[in-house]
Amino acid sequence: MADLRRLARMLGEIDDQLVSCMRCGMCQAVCPVFGDTGREADVARGKIALLSQLGSEMIRDPHQVKERLERCLLCGSCAAACPSGVPVVDIFLRARAILTAYIGLSPAKKLIFRGLLARPGLFDRLLSLAPAMQGLFTREVDAAAGTSCARFQSSLIGDRHFKTLAAKPLHELAAPRDEPAGASGKRVALFTGCVVDKVFPQVGQASLAALSRAGAGVYLPGGQACCGIPALSSGDTRTFRKLVLANLELYADKPFDALVTACATCTATIKHVWPDMAADLFNEGERAAIAALAAKTTDICAYLTDVLGVTPVATQDSAATVTYHDPCHLKKSLGIANQPRDLIRANKNLRLVEMSEADVCCGCGGSFNLAHYEISKHIGQRKIANIRATGAQIAATACPACMLQIADMASQSGGGIQVKHAVELYAQGLTE
Amino acid sequence: MPLAKSLIDEFAQIAGKDSVMTDEADLASYSYDAAVLEPVMPALVVRPKTLESLGRVTRLCNENGLPLTVRGAGTNLSGGVIPARELGVVVLTNALTRIVSINTEDLYAVVEPGVVTAKFAAAAAERGLFYPPDPGSQAVSTLGGNVAENAGGLRGLKYGVTKDYVMGLSFFDVDGQLVKTGGRTVKCVTGYNLAGLLVGSEGTLGVFGEIILKLVPPPAAAKAMMAVFDTMDAASQAVAAIIAAKIVPATLEIMDNFTIRTVEDFSHAGLPTGAQALLLIEVDGHAAMVAEDADKVETICKRQGASSIKVAKDAAERNKVWEARRAALSALARVAPTTVLEDATVPRSQIPAMMRALLDIAAKYSLTIGTFGHAGDGNLHPTILTDKRDHAAWKKVEAAIDEIFYAALKLGGTLSGEHGIGLAKSRWLEKETSRGTILYSKKIKAALDPKSILNPGKIIGA
Ligand SMILES: Cc1cc2nc3c(=O)[nH]c(=O)nc-3n(C[C@H](O)[C@H](O)[C@H](O)COP(=O)(O)OP(=O)(O)OC[C@H]3O[C@@H](n4cnc5c(N)ncnc54)[C@H](O)[C@@H]3O)c2cc1C
Ligand code: SF4
Ligand code: SF4
Repeated sequence: MADLRRLARMLGEIDDQLVSCMRCGMCQAVCPVFGDTGREADVARGKIALLSQLGSEMIRDPHQVKERLERCLLCGSCAAACPSGVPVVDIFLRARAILTAYIGLSPAKKLIFRGLLARPGLFDRLLSLAPAMQGLFTREVDAAAGTSCARFQSSLIGDRHFKTLAAKPLHELAAPRDEPAGASGKRVALFTGCVVDKVFPQVGQASLAALSRAGAGVYLPGGQACCGIPALSSGDTRTFRKLVLANLELYADKPFDALVTACATCTATIKHVWPDMAADLFNEGERAAIAALAAKTTDICAYLTDVLGVTPVATQDSAATVTYHDPCHLKKSLGIANQPRDLIRANKNLRLVEMSEADVCCGCGGSFNLAHYEISKHIGQRKIANIRATGAQIAATACPACMLQIADMASQSGGGIQVKHAVELYAQGLTE
Repeated sequence: MPLAKSLIDEFAQIAGKDSVMTDEADLASYSYDAAVLEPVMPALVVRPKTLESLGRVTRLCNENGLPLTVRGAGTNLSGGVIPARELGVVVLTNALTRIVSINTEDLYAVVEPGVVTAKFAAAAAERGLFYPPDPGSQAVSTLGGNVAENAGGLRGLKYGVTKDYVMGLSFFDVDGQLVKTGGRTVKCVTGYNLAGLLVGSEGTLGVFGEIILKLVPPPAAAKAMMAVFDTMDAASQAVAAIIAAKIVPATLEIMDNFTIRTVEDFSHAGLPTGAQALLLIEVDGHAAMVAEDADKVETICKRQGASSIKVAKDAAERNKVWEARRAALSALARVAPTTVLEDATVPRSQIPAMMRALLDIAAKYSLTIGTFGHAGDGNLHPTILTDKRDHAAWKKVEAAIDEIFYAALKLGGTLSGEHGIGLAKSRWLEKETSRGTILYSKKIKAALDPKSILNPGKIIGA
């Protein structure tokens, strides 16, 4: 670690972004972690200041800065509220990569990301054995699980009220397909995402049903890789790059109108994080492919309502009540808030009631939940209290990572609430 | 120099181990505030969870001669919470967030110092009452910080500033003794008006515990409008004419051409980019009076040469008017890496002269300055957009800031309308006041805080 100069130089690459923070402190109003701890190093302003100070060698311990940087949900609430338009999440991802490059990736993370996540085939096969390996794998997995997409690994940890891995993942339940455009004239590529594949395959099945009902042909390739955000948020750019390239292999240059996912985190990652990181990690041809794919990427709810014309219908008297939680990566990163609600309203058997603070983070944040479970839980408890206050029987959202967190909180607080993806609720209505 | 372990343990005993921070990264995160100044690392940060431990922490600092800086949300723009260079202790109030009571019969509330301004205003509104001071930072600023800075806001003209709402205060002196001043009654002349002294004291005379704040009934109706002017002079004359017609708008804001263009680029709200000035006006009160005042304001603006005036017809339109104002800082802040938000204030009638001076200063130093602010009370926010990493440019900025202050003083104005003096402006204080004022203030400080541990260096200098 003697070479702090070198680290300062590396941080110099993001200096232009760092100085755009004017230290106004307005992010304190929205940061869920700061809201729980009240510590400046937990809010965007504090983290950005620490990076600047490390860059100017005012402080000298990169490990402490890295640890503070990881106390973050990467929820983007700060960026969405920032008067100065600071690209906070972008800064944090780059800074994590720089610090990891300088300090090194922990051996456990190396094993998980490079040995496993970067090899989708092996990864899938191993996980199909997961329940049997629970005792064997728990510790390493705990130390290493990435962010939201990789968080299903925490299902291996027994004392929490986690959803267990699905008996069969989506890639076994739904065969790969390459259909022509449907009646709508549209052909849609579906990107499954790890959590949907392994924990909530029913969300993937609902997506397929909804797309087919709406007259869209589906392209669903086998052998999909993770979107890469778990690796990237741990600073592992090498694995991230590998995963992006694996996905480009499957999706780039294929003729489809849109790439949709039912995972808000995957959508935000492909649409924003891939192109944002492209300048640093990819060559010109790859950058072009990423840009083209990102431009076509959208959320399943938004595509169904905005493009395929699904609209709300009149609610029946006997309808069950449902309330909707806005995933940060959908509302704050992509500005998508009405569409999932409209999709729910398109099921006549459901009545949507709003909860207060619907767009406040649920506290999941992928690996954050593993490393800082207490804080994550406090944030989640507030969410579940808001959900319960509506009296709704169903808590809906549009990101499987939020579903994991809300399910955990619902069950710990006495159960009795179903947790569903908006597209599941819509698809239910198609068969009722 | 680090603090002795035994001393750190004493802080931990008082406030709890988890409330004391000494890690480099934690200390570094309390080395700055929203002012564009060099950071200074404290030696220790402590976050008391009770008022009682806040008092004991204050006493411990004094006993050991440790300079203590109380920090609310750290949003002040004058270096008010940058700790002392040696052995500085930063004391956080953001765990002291209890709204002790809201009294709807006697119209007051008792709060702890760490309560966030907007949360308090919302709690009062829930009980059907109104807390008017609304600094632009209200979503995060603390009431303790507001009182210590005597914060203003958009509603200053009609409703006054924080000091107009402080009915009483309890604070800890350097020995950790609880001092009480003012009370729960509208009238109270018991003892010195210490609350008057403590408001705006920027943490240099005492550490606030509970604060008693006045609440008022909310206005029944409000109407917002936007008037467009081809010259700054015409806009300023309209401001004067509105007041001369005995109308006191709740809000009367002005934006210069640069700000208008920048906001429009940013938010595409349809602002007239050719206009030299925009007035954003809101009148409130009883519905009939509001309608009448709004008509009068419209007529006056037209008479003073407004090229157009738009009265918001509903809540959505009203929101649009204020969105434009709220976007001012956001839009300007994106223009350049460093945003220096100044606060020079002049008598209302001198706004055109001050605006001209600002244009001259911007031209002289070839700097980008956008100005917006509270036209109703002469409180302007010339906002300098620059890059502090560029040393040559930064030198010019410093010179320009000097000139801005001198211009304001020459026009009978003041260094700071609401952002406080802190470290940033203390060297100009004598210019506005007098040598005698500084000496008198220093005597008060020396008597109340003999070891000079309470936020040393702020306001009156070292
Ligand atoms: C975007 C933005 C907009 C702003 N708009 C306005 C505006 O419209 N009007 C305005 O007036 N200001 C404005 N400000 C400045 C700032 O927000 C105010 O000065 C506010 O009152 C500071 O509150 P704080 O809680 O952040 O205090 P801090 O910055 O933490 O502290 C300010 C001062 O108060 C002292 N202090 C805090 N708590 C106590 C206590 N319990 N006892 C004794 N001393 C204490 C501190 O020592 C310090 O000297 C703005 C700032 C920003 C960044
Ligand atoms: S809101 Fe934006 S500019 Fe302000 S402190 Fe936070 S990150 Fe920095
Ligand atoms: S991304 Fe979320 S958790 Fe992280 S600093 Fe921003 S608001 Fe806080």
